[in-house]
Amino acid sequence: MAPVLEVSGLNTIVQSREGIVRAVQDVSFSVEAGKTLAIVGESGCGKTMTALSLMRLVPSPPVKITAGSVKVAGVDLLSLTEREMRDVRGRDIAMIFQEPMTALNPVLTVGYQIAEMVSMHEKLSKKAAWDRAVDMMRHVRIPAPERRAQEYPHQMSGGMRQRAMIAMALACRPKVLIADEPTTALDVTIQAQVLDLIKDLQTEMGTAVVLITHDLGVVAETADRMIVMYAGRKVEEGTTAALFADPLHPYLRGLMGSVPRMGGTAQRLQEISGIVPPLVNLPPGCTFADRCSMVRDRCRTDVPPFTEKRSDHAAACWETA
Amino acid sequence: MLFYARRYPLGIAGALILILFVVTALLAGVVAPFDPLTTAPKSALAPPGGRFLLGTDMMGRDVLSRLIHGARISLAVALGAACIGSGLGCLLGLASGYLGGWFDLIVQRLAEMMQALPLLVMALVITASLGPSLVNTIIAIAIPLVPNVARIVRANVLALRELPYVEAAKAIGLGRMKIAVFHILPNTLAPLIVLATAQLGSTILTEASLSFLGLGVPEPYPSWGRMLSESAAEYIRVAPWLVIFPGLAISLVVFGANLFGDALRDLLDPRQAH
Repeated sequence: MAPVLEVSGLNTIVQSREGIVRAVQDVSFSVEAGKTLAIVGESGCGKTMTALSLMRLVPSPPVKITAGSVKVAGVDLLSLTEREMRDVRGRDIAMIFQEPMTALNPVLTVGYQIAEMVSMHEKLSKKAAWDRAVDMMRHVRIPAPERRAQEYPHQMSGGMRQRAMIAMALACRPKVLIADEPTTALDVTIQAQVLDLIKDLQTEMGTAVVLITHDLGVVAETADRMIVMYAGRKVEEGTTAALFADPLHPYLRGLMGSVPRMGGTAQRLQEISGIVPPLVNLPPGCTFADRCSMVRDRCRTDVPPFTEKRSDHAAACWETA
Repeated sequence: MLFYARRYPLGIAGALILILFVVTALLAGVVAPFDPLTTAPKSALAPPGGRFLLGTDMMGRDVLSRLIHGARISLAVALGAACIGSGLGCLLGLASGYLGGWFDLIVQRLAEMMQALPLLVMALVITASLGPSLVNTIIAIAIPLVPNVARIVRANVLALRELPYVEAAKAIGLGRMKIAVFHILPNTLAPLIVLATAQLGSTILTEASLSFLGLGVPEPYPSWGRMLSESAAEYIRVAPWLVIFPGLAISLVVFGANLFGDALRDLLDPRQAH
């Protein structure tokens, strides 16, 4: 099946006072309809910047997309005019934000906000758009949607607000859904419900999902493929099963080691020492070198190429074969 | 109606006060017992009570009738100036804060220049150049209000436009105009309403000062401000009712407007409704 979303060679920079920060460097990936790709990494590794670049929502200036292409169903979003891009947002590519508390406008009813999305992209009467909004709210399993649609965001719980966000994002049946840490702000019990909901709707509508998260548990549960980002670069990519079974990059190994496991004897969790290096004036060589336990001289001078080490499983590391 | 009365008793009281004044002003010709302009030297400075319920002024004109007719002018000036001033200021502030860039820079520098001058002085300059009339008075009082409102709205917009829901609105494909009008503007209404109702009082007083200087609504039409200012200095000892009643009328309207404005703000802000 041809991928719905094809990102290749995406480069996004931030012009700061200290210099140019390369927030996203040569990132490529593709997602097929109905599949989920997870982008994993710790804070500051460029996950959110990648997501915003896909939507062309990066605050510009200071942020600029300098190279690459983002193709949704064959159309390169980066070559569209701002006017054309506005039609694409919400209709072809939609986004769920991390904070359901603040991503809904507090002075507008939830139903209004979903209906607004619908009438933005489809020629429908006010009434029809509202009915669709109520319908979508029922779809995301919000009880008594007719009544809830007339409520304001503050009258809903966090989980319900996130459902409303999902209802809004999927109201126009977009081809691609970007979910930027959709469950981070929610209770664990609600997290599972929201993930299941996304999964169900995705299967039903055939949406390609890009799931951005730092929670490996979430990835294992929902993603078909995953890519691992570190300091703005892609360092590992493959099927979720393969990456969990056989992590190649020391960074992913470190991440796996820092997740507590059920059963077995209690052990001290492994940690990755140090922090993500500041992205201004990155040192030459591998960006992970300073935190790596397997570091060799070559790692400090040459950037490791991103190569396929197993079938459909690639990583950027000099040491692992 | 009953529902609102129970939830916002003060707001309803404020609204009733305002409605009372507005209706009186509209029906001035019917309600007023005497002609407000006819002078009667024989009954000059009659104390309240008897034939003249609120007394007469130095020219024998009935104070009650002048108050009733004056309500027309004072309310027109106050409401007109506050609406125009807040409306313009709101638009400018919204555009300035949301668009930013050179537009913001120019608007803000102009606003600062205007704010450097006292309200009265600016109103003076404007009426002096436009000439005294009701409409010009309204304009003259409205324009100095604009920078204040614009700056407050702008400050609000600057904070609001960085919020996630504005980004979310962009993510569903809304244009800048729609985001500004439908998503940001409603969030700035609360401070705007409070500001506008607070301005009602000061507009009435500015009109009084302008009239006192001969630049307001021209003679012989009565306005509360003029009634207050032309009698305050000379007659406060001999005929205090000339000062008390117009003052009372002004205070009541301002009070009513503030009560109403507070309730309106709560009503329009869904976060405070529960």
